[in-house]
Amino acid sequence: MDPECSQLLPALCAVLADPRQPVADDTCLEKLLDWFKTIADAGSSLLLLQENPCLVTLLCPVLKPQDLSPRVLAFLLRLAGILAAQEDCFQHLQQGDLLPRLFGEAGPLGGAAWTAPTVRSGWIQGLCSLTQHPSALCFLAHSGAVDTIFSLQGDSSLFVASAAGQLLVHILGLSMQAPAEGHPSLQPAHWPACAQKIVGHIEESLRATATPQVTQALNVLTTMFSHCHDPWTQVLWVHLSPLVACLLEKDPVPAAHSLVDLLLSVARSPVLSSSSCGLWDTLAQTLSRLRASQAGPLALGILKLQECPKALRAQAFAVLLQPLTCVLEATTQAPGLPGSSGPGLQCGVAAIGPVASSEACAGRGGDPTDGELPLAWPPGSVGGTADAPLTAGMLLPSKAACVGLLCQTLAHLELLQPLPQRPSPWPWAPLLSAAVTILRLCNGSATPTSDTGTHLCAFLAGCVRVQRAALDFLGTLSQGTGPQELVTQVFAILLEYLTSPDSSPTVLKKAFQATLQWLQSSPKPSGGGDLEPHAQLFLRELLPVLPKRLCSPCWDVRDSGLEFLTQTVRRWGGQAGFRHALLASEVPELTEQLLRDPESYVRASAVAAMGQLSSRGLHIIPASPGHPGAQQKSLLEELLHILSTDSEGFPRRAVMQVFTQWLRDSHADVAADTEHFVARVLRVASQDLDWEVRAQGLELALVFLEQTLGQPSSSCPYAMTPPAAAPPSLVAQALQPFCRVQLFDFAFRALFDCDRPVAQKSCDLLLFLRAKTASYSDQQGSSSGPDVASLEAALQRWQAGDQGQPLGDLEPEAVVAVLRSLDLEGLRGALAESSDHAEQSPLSLLQDMLATAGILGENEADCY
Amino acid sequence: MKLYCLSGHPTLPCNVLKFKSTTIMLDCGLDMTSTLNFLPLPLVQSPRLSNLPGWSLKDGNAFLDKTELIDLSTVDVILISNYHCMMALPYITEHTGFTGTVYATEPTVQIGRLLMEELVNFIERVPKAQSASLWKNKDIQRLLPSPLKDAVEVSTWRRCYTMQEVNSALSKIQLVGYSQKIELFGAVQVTPLSSGYALGSSNWIIQSHYEKVSYVSGSSLLTTHPQPMDQASLKNSDVLVLTGLTQIPTANPDGMVGEFCSNLALTVRNGGNVLVPCYPSGVIYDLLECLYQYIDSAGLSNIPFYFISPVANSSLEFSQIFAEWLCHNKQTKVYLPEPPFPHAELIQTNKLKHYPSLHGDFSSDFRQPCVVFTGHPSLRFGDVVHFMELWGKSSLNTVIFTEPDFSYLEALAPYQPLAMKCIYCPIDTRLNFIQVSKLLKEVQPLHVVCPEQYTQPPPAQSHRMDLMIDCQPPAMSYRRAEVLALPFKRRYEKIEIMPELADSLVPMEIKPGISLATVSAVLHTKDNKHVLQPPPRPAQPAGGKKRKRGSDDIPDCKVLKPLLSGSIPVEQFVQALEKHGFSDIKVEDTAKGHIVLLQEAETLIQIEEDSTHIICDNDEMLRVRLRDLVLKFLQKF
Repeated sequence: MDPECSQLLPALCAVLADPRQPVADDTCLEKLLDWFKTIADAGSSLLLLQENPCLVTLLCPVLKPQDLSPRVLAFLLRLAGILAAQEDCFQHLQQGDLLPRLFGEAGPLGGAAWTAPTVRSGWIQGLCSLTQHPSALCFLAHSGAVDTIFSLQGDSSLFVASAAGQLLVHILGLSMQAPAEGHPSLQPAHWPACAQKIVGHIEESLRATATPQVTQALNVLTTMFSHCHDPWTQVLWVHLSPLVACLLEKDPVPAAHSLVDLLLSVARSPVLSSSSCGLWDTLAQTLSRLRASQAGPLALGILKLQECPKALRAQAFAVLLQPLTCVLEATTQAPGLPGSSGPGLQCGVAAIGPVASSEACAGRGGDPTDGELPLAWPPGSVGGTADAPLTAGMLLPSKAACVGLLCQTLAHLELLQPLPQRPSPWPWAPLLSAAVTILRLCNGSATPTSDTGTHLCAFLAGCVRVQRAALDFLGTLSQGTGPQELVTQVFAILLEYLTSPDSSPTVLKKAFQATLQWLQSSPKPSGGGDLEPHAQLFLRELLPVLPKRLCSPCWDVRDSGLEFLTQTVRRWGGQAGFRHALLASEVPELTEQLLRDPESYVRASAVAAMGQLSSRGLHIIPASPGHPGAQQKSLLEELLHILSTDSEGFPRRAVMQVFTQWLRDSHADVAADTEHFVARVLRVASQDLDWEVRAQGLELALVFLEQTLGQPSSSCPYAMTPPAAAPPSLVAQALQPFCRVQLFDFAFRALFDCDRPVAQKSCDLLLFLRAKTASYSDQQGSSSGPDVASLEAALQRWQAGDQGQPLGDLEPEAVVAVLRSLDLEGLRGALAESSDHAEQSPLSLLQDMLATAGILGENEADCY
Repeated sequence: MKLYCLSGHPTLPCNVLKFKSTTIMLDCGLDMTSTLNFLPLPLVQSPRLSNLPGWSLKDGNAFLDKTELIDLSTVDVILISNYHCMMALPYITEHTGFTGTVYATEPTVQIGRLLMEELVNFIERVPKAQSASLWKNKDIQRLLPSPLKDAVEVSTWRRCYTMQEVNSALSKIQLVGYSQKIELFGAVQVTPLSSGYALGSSNWIIQSHYEKVSYVSGSSLLTTHPQPMDQASLKNSDVLVLTGLTQIPTANPDGMVGEFCSNLALTVRNGGNVLVPCYPSGVIYDLLECLYQYIDSAGLSNIPFYFISPVANSSLEFSQIFAEWLCHNKQTKVYLPEPPFPHAELIQTNKLKHYPSLHGDFSSDFRQPCVVFTGHPSLRFGDVVHFMELWGKSSLNTVIFTEPDFSYLEALAPYQPLAMKCIYCPIDTRLNFIQVSKLLKEVQPLHVVCPEQYTQPPPAQSHRMDLMIDCQPPAMSYRRAEVLALPFKRRYEKIEIMPELADSLVPMEIKPGISLATVSAVLHTKDNKHVLQPPPRPAQPAGGKKRKRGSDDIPDCKVLKPLLSGSIPVEQFVQALEKHGFSDIKVEDTAKGHIVLLQEAETLIQIEEDSTHIICDNDEMLRVRLRDLVLKFLQKF
């Protein structure tokens, strides 16, 4: 501890111990604890106590807890725990009889202060820090703390309850480490007393009839198996697994969610050789015993496991797919499924039956070329335990249950699909069919063929939640391949959703996203065109719908319509068929009008869309019919107008992004007079109040620099390796345009920007420039001269916060000299620190706390 | 209690409820879909329409959908739930011998008057030179082209009423306010409740002391301009009659309004005109409000909106003065210097202009492209006919149907071939089936009665089981010309006791919380109210003659035997018997109680829940002794 802090510490301790002094706030105490923890970790706690006796004095008032505020009391408990984590210090505190009085019966435990959850939490955290050595275990055993921890597991505060569980795991782990020299005893009966006590408690809880108790025990075990991978955990599992298995025999299975968590954490534990522990059997049994909504997460967890028997994986996958199987079965003869009464779909139905039949028809369904819909799940993915009538029962009791289960299933499958360990072969076609069917049920266009289907239809009609989940899932399914017939159906249903006036704005957004994904994944035809004819046809059908969406009274609909437009133009703007269809529609004109939308998000999206349309040459200035004489502004002017006048940040940021892109792509309007363009943009951007606009301005400046000076040799634009030096004369010549567009004025101003990211970006830019001009400045040598001096003076004023005066005209030489003289690396280092690094020192913390308490304030008060 | 169902149209109901001694007509909607069988009535002679092959101009435009199920002159009162459901009122009040009273809220009457006025005006301004009715003869009708020859009940089709009949009908209306309790002949009480569908629209509660019937017709849970629906007061109904649900259950009004705005903007941007056939009140207020918020964002600020109706001005102004009937946030605007509806601002800024008809000012102000709101939604009469003729040939123009009452394809039939775009965005804010099921769950009526259309999915979407009423017990359905016996019996009647009589009662507690008293009184019934009055004092026995006359007048109130209550505990009873010297007692349990056998005395005491019999062999002394023993265990009063 540095001396200044040592000096302040007694005063602070006095403040903390004084019940009349209010404590500033919890964060101060947290920071103080962090600080003590770092000191304790770095050296001896005992020494710390001896050097600062005030700390011991501070811990004493705990003996009269009623005088202290709960948060200070909690702080002291945690501080004592941190200090006592070292055995010598623990002994020292023990001698003073301090620890029993803090953590034992005599302490706050059971007193009035105990009613505050912070105090209980502090007590647990203190014990948790303290329990690091065998002496601590003895202390726990004697003080009876373990029983208190047991009772705290059921605490009304969730934080306390969860911390109590973690503390138990911690204690168990430590007590098992003690005899760790040899192999763990195979009999828990031979384990240390403390461990036995905890294990006994867990056993008792597992046998309990009350679900909360079972949940507590399962949660403790889950924490243990996920954090502790010592060999003894295997012994423990073997010992406890019969009790866990007993839970499965109850109906309903108690604490199912916690049970699933436990089984998965056991399965993931590296020390447990699962096969020998009968874990796989337990998992299989659990899968078949739990309700569909509870089994879903377990099935997903099993499928995510790296190593797992095939049969179990198949069973898990079948459980996961059950709700979708049920949906498919309920709509077997849905319209729009041509040939749906044919054998292809019959397979889909049969797939819910015994394995044999699903295998029998899967072979046929696997071949998309035979004209039948391969709607069977792949062989082996559907186990014998899958029981569709049961699922139908699960789906149908209430709308909420049905919607919840379907959303969960879709989300799980969406999570599973991108993983390498997903079941193989992945049943693209049936999944696709299921997603389409669900969407059809939601918009009422599916015709159910059974009672189940009729009920499903009634539950799902118009359900926005399921629509969103299904569209998300449909989007993910675009990664794979499906038979052409199904793809046609996908595009058909997407078009239905995009056209329907009943699609809610969020559903519409998802539909646009899914559409984009499907369009992007549709295979390129060998002929050379960009889009396969099928998707092209779809886009042509979609384009007449888009204008209606762009006119929607809901801003989010207009916004997602524009985003979709931007993406499609970016992707297919060069494709003749698409260009033709787009130009024939009203879309470009409407987009232009949306630049003046009242909603700023829409304006921003319109700016992006217009930028993209213009880049692709799809923006045609209409001969304005209403005002034949009026001069139509060019898009560049229009965007500059937005940049300088729009009251919201989003459209201005969008403009800057478009401009940067235009500069990169050498857009025709920009290339005509690049310097003029850059000068105008930078002038407006430098005055913007939004830091993102200024930062984007620097990005644009950097692009301009790169285009003028050449790319840096390495791929990273900010790389510090000096590039091949340019000839000095060229450099001087090259810097002239930067001076003309006042790029330096902008960059230096940004260097002292009050927003750190802007300053950082400017710093990087100037470093890049300095590296580029290194050879030039070497030759020039001196960094003196009138220009340089005045420039440096101006910069100093700027740094001090006075940015009123412009730099005026600059000479390249002066700039180079200043670049050399500025400590850019130092500045970059300072900026890389977090913004509050100066205020984070322990000294300032102590000062702050004392100031709030008014101790230091007295002297300062005289100054006023 | 009976319900006579006079209309088969679920949103234009007309039912008669016989409840206690009253006959109450619930709504009298006018089904005008039969006008679709006629040619449009053009304002200007249209050579195209009159030259259509196979069609000929016919008379008659408005039709009453009624049967001779019940003598309408016996109807005591008519309860109106909203202005759309009163359009047949003149036919009933003026032509059936009706002598009762009509109850409706003020906005209902005022706006209903506007609708009728508009209808009469539309019809009367294009008078017919001749009228024909012979074709209604079934033999001739058979020979007519389809669909006329298939039209049913043409004999019930009527000529449109006159303004005079309207005025006379409206004069029979008595105005009521929400939650106002109206006594009908002392027998039942009726109360209108806000239904949230239109200005002044109401549901009705018809209740006696022990029965409650709710009549829900045209209600809405959406937040539009009217006061929100009062659901709480519908609780504890014995019967809930449910009519007037949305006609387009698959269309969500919000989505449709969006669709309306988008299509309107697209058309106008392309230089086309938009025609909105509509009623002069109702959804148009909400549409104008949406457009008010939308036109600036869509860059339509300089597009004129025209509202053409003989009652346009009154409709727009009436809406602003019915503050107490509006939703809360519009009500609060009344206290600011702001009109509740933003259409006032549209009018001030000249964005919305209204005209009584095409003639006059409109023709000089008319500027295209524009948006025109005008009637009638059937496209058979009114100014809309002219605009259809005017704009129908250009594909730039669009007609947007927002009223759900008429099939838009049938409405358009006489205008084919049509180049203009047709958009169907029916906006119906009435309850949909999801809202109904929530409402029923909340209100929990014992029985639900509804038109049969609501008990099965719509014919076009027979798999949509969600588009029907699903409740327990299943709803009772009715169809036109059916008489329904409502499924509950009246079991109680309230009788008042005069204070002095009540004073004389001495209740006796027979078990905790339950006290009984006998009462002798005269039941006096007048105006469906029943009162128990103290019996007249028996005349003093002054003389034989007088006494005789007295006994003639006064009901015979001789002293009654006391009533007994309580039960006999068998074990104690046996002990008591033993105490009194009976021996050889046997007790047998039976299904209903016990039998105590006194073998020695050859006597049987049968104790059941509500009777005790002592069977002994002609030993009266023994019987009396036993009876007194039994009585000791019972209370008398």
